[in-house]
Amino acid sequence: MADIILEMRGISKSFPGVKALDRVNFRVKRGEIHCLVGENGAGKTTLMKVLSGVHPYGTYEGDIVLNGEVQRFHGIRDSEGASIAIISQELALIPDLTIYENIFFGHELMKGRLVDWHRTILESEKILKKVRLDVNPTTKVGALRVGAQQLVEIAKTLSKNAKIIILDEPTSSLNEEDSDNLLRLLRELRDDGATIIMISHRLREVVKIADTVTVLRDGTTVCSLDASEKKITEREIIRHMVGREIENIYPKRERRPSDAVLFEVRNFSARNPSTGRSVLKNVSLNVRRGEIVGLAGLMGAGRTELALALFGNTPGYRIASGEVFLEGAPVRFSKPSEAIAAGVAYASEDRKKNGLILIQDICFNITLANLRSLLKGIVIDRNEEVVQANRYKEDLRIKAPSIQQTVLNLSGGNQQKTSLAKWLFARPKLLILDEPTRGIDVGAKYEIYTIMNELVKSGMSIIMISSELMEILGMSDRIYVMSEGAITGELDARDATEEGIMEFATNTKEAVANG
Amino acid sequence: MDDNRARGLPGEVWALLKGNIRNYAMYLALMALFILFTILTDGAFITARNLTNLINQTGYVAVMACGMTLVLIIQQIDLSIGYVAGFLGACAATLLSRGVAVPLVLPLILLAGIAIGSLEGLIIGKVGVPAFVTTLACQFIFRGMLSLVTESTGTILVKSDAFNQISNGFLPPVFRMGPMHGLSLVVGALSIALIVWSRLRARRDLKKYRFRTTSAPVFWATLLLFAAVIGVLSYVLANYRGVSWTIVVVVLVAFVYDFMMRRTRLGRHIYGMGGNREAALLSGVDTQKILLFVFASMGMLAGLGGVLFTSRLQSATPTSGSGFELDAIASCYIGGVSTSGGIGKVTNSIIGSFVIMSLTNGLNLMGVGITYQYVIKGIIFILAVAFDVRSRAKKAI
Repeated sequence: MADIILEMRGISKSFPGVKALDRVNFRVKRGEIHCLVGENGAGKTTLMKVLSGVHPYGTYEGDIVLNGEVQRFHGIRDSEGASIAIISQELALIPDLTIYENIFFGHELMKGRLVDWHRTILESEKILKKVRLDVNPTTKVGALRVGAQQLVEIAKTLSKNAKIIILDEPTSSLNEEDSDNLLRLLRELRDDGATIIMISHRLREVVKIADTVTVLRDGTTVCSLDASEKKITEREIIRHMVGREIENIYPKRERRPSDAVLFEVRNFSARNPSTGRSVLKNVSLNVRRGEIVGLAGLMGAGRTELALALFGNTPGYRIASGEVFLEGAPVRFSKPSEAIAAGVAYASEDRKKNGLILIQDICFNITLANLRSLLKGIVIDRNEEVVQANRYKEDLRIKAPSIQQTVLNLSGGNQQKTSLAKWLFARPKLLILDEPTRGIDVGAKYEIYTIMNELVKSGMSIIMISSELMEILGMSDRIYVMSEGAITGELDARDATEEGIMEFATNTKEAVANG
Repeated sequence: MDDNRARGLPGEVWALLKGNIRNYAMYLALMALFILFTILTDGAFITARNLTNLINQTGYVAVMACGMTLVLIIQQIDLSIGYVAGFLGACAATLLSRGVAVPLVLPLILLAGIAIGSLEGLIIGKVGVPAFVTTLACQFIFRGMLSLVTESTGTILVKSDAFNQISNGFLPPVFRMGPMHGLSLVVGALSIALIVWSRLRARRDLKKYRFRTTSAPVFWATLLLFAAVIGVLSYVLANYRGVSWTIVVVVLVAFVYDFMMRRTRLGRHIYGMGGNREAALLSGVDTQKILLFVFASMGMLAGLGGVLFTSRLQSATPTSGSGFELDAIASCYIGGVSTSGGIGKVTNSIIGSFVIMSLTNGLNLMGVGITYQYVIKGIIFILAVAFDVRSRAKKAI
């Protein structure tokens, strides 16, 4: 039997209302590169957080077995003590400190009670050589490219003598060349005896580098593929990632959008002025009246950024070029209030953070975006407000004793319905829904789908951003797929497949076309 | 509601007190202070003369607490208003001493306040300097400006009788009822009628919307209590010199701000922005504009506060305004404005200002020195906020 360094047995982990992991089994051999793949929300990151002690012992069920011994990690310090290091998606470096300060941050080399900076710099140089980063260790980390920062992170884990290194989407923000360098480095580390666990969405890289691939779906282990037995293909992985029996959870709808284009975006680009990185690349799309357009893609593909830019809210990036037309007339919204006035609404993916005023009641939230319609002179017509809020509460079947109920105390599904009610009350022509069913139960999902169908029937148009492929396929008339800030594919929902979307989303089609 | 019915009337009263302790805390505190100081001063505190004094002393804090309520609701702070009030008060005194007429001085000062507040709002909103830093810096700036204005003369005496009437004068004694100030009694009676009418209307609406309402006995008891307090107060005041102009000014400001916050779109947007700035922005609230408005209004009320204070002392001194901002902020927190924003009522902050000033007034009567007063006020401030934080934390669970 192979030499198993790490085994996670029957791991289950719940968050309020969601079971993120359900008896997951995960076995890693000593000295291999093990890739962990799955759709967004499949539980990959949660599993790694359990392993690294971010979710401490006692908050999950099951056992972590390292070198044959059951471990109880109460925090990151414990897992680091057991030679496990995690590099998360958002790098944990301090940009204003130098490379050597960052590498030994938290486990400084001491001489008595003082930090031995001389030795720190010398050691840093050695480690940097190992990760092939040819930079002076006294450089500030903030001055490095993202790819180089990634290498500093790895140097940091090496300085801790980590035997198991976990990388969460290490290449998601890297360009081709930096990715290749990183992958080469990972191979070298493996050959030196390190064990590497990598979460990745880029299947092309996964098949190139992995010794073993474990696929997670909906919080359970689907399968583990061994590259030494049989060559792993992207198609095979995709099939395991999405392959589930199709249930009829989408309400039927007559699909007959008109030919009239309501909303059109042409050659829309945006960039982050501080890093110079392109956020949106030459995006063009259109939405017809009464149509549901699905916007698919992996996390970080730029879908939310596109929606926010169209809605007039661009924190952290600037619109470089492009034109937007609403009902044939050119528009450019500089703030959300303008977009709303023109008939464009955006319901955020993070309803708690960006969607609702949680400390206020249902009524307050429903009418907030369209108080103008309730004005009698300068006074809000309270009578009319209550009538309207009650109507939307009934229409959307928001379950609460009254519209006086504080939104904080509602369930996720009812919160989402309240957020939706707000936008329906604003009576938009185009409604952009960002992950409308994230984190809510199946019953509430069905109701939200039904409401969406009623809305398009009445002539409204909807852009639905979703990471759930089933949902995209089940609800959309047409589908755009985004990857790395660009639209990589447009599909008719009738003949689209999950595999087809996934190929565009992982950008393999484009690679085929280019290569 | 069914719960309350099951437990009967005492149960409902208890549940009401327990569930809404935060909403009644300032009334309870005010009552406790009144009783305490009446006992400790052998009744000197509760005399008509002292109550009139207390009200006129509270005026400037009350109007500034109104503006501060809005500032705190949108999760900002304004530390500059003390010296802005001092500076603008000194400006008013200077203008008056140069012979500018009162009807011209007042709007000029309020406009200057709006200008100062807007400038602070622009620095905070457009440039992005945090409110804490901006207004702390402005505190320094206007402290300097106040010294500048009062440098040559020291204290500026105000000789305009009309101006000094604002904080020292009373409604004219149009007619007398026996030994009492007739107009004041009429004003008192009218306010009681107005309160009963508006409460009844509000209750009727709540019933119409099928919202939670208190049971009839509790409703009538609280209404009766309110009416009795106003009745007794106007009776006591009428026995002395009647209703002062300060009361008129404070009630007017309170009415306008309360109406704005409860009934207009602007008020909703302010509460929305305070509850969740990002969500409000994405719901079409122009958060930049709201921020500017709130600071401009704060500046205006600081100007009004400066006028009231200067008129009260009938002079402007090089130190006037020092510490007003803390009195205003403490009033708001005692009045139940949430330390994390989004929640608060203008009227309750005014009650809070009476709590703070009763403390000052009572300690003065007792002959407690100013040094100890600072210490006591500081402790009360922390207790008020601690109470707020704890009671809200409990509710969240």
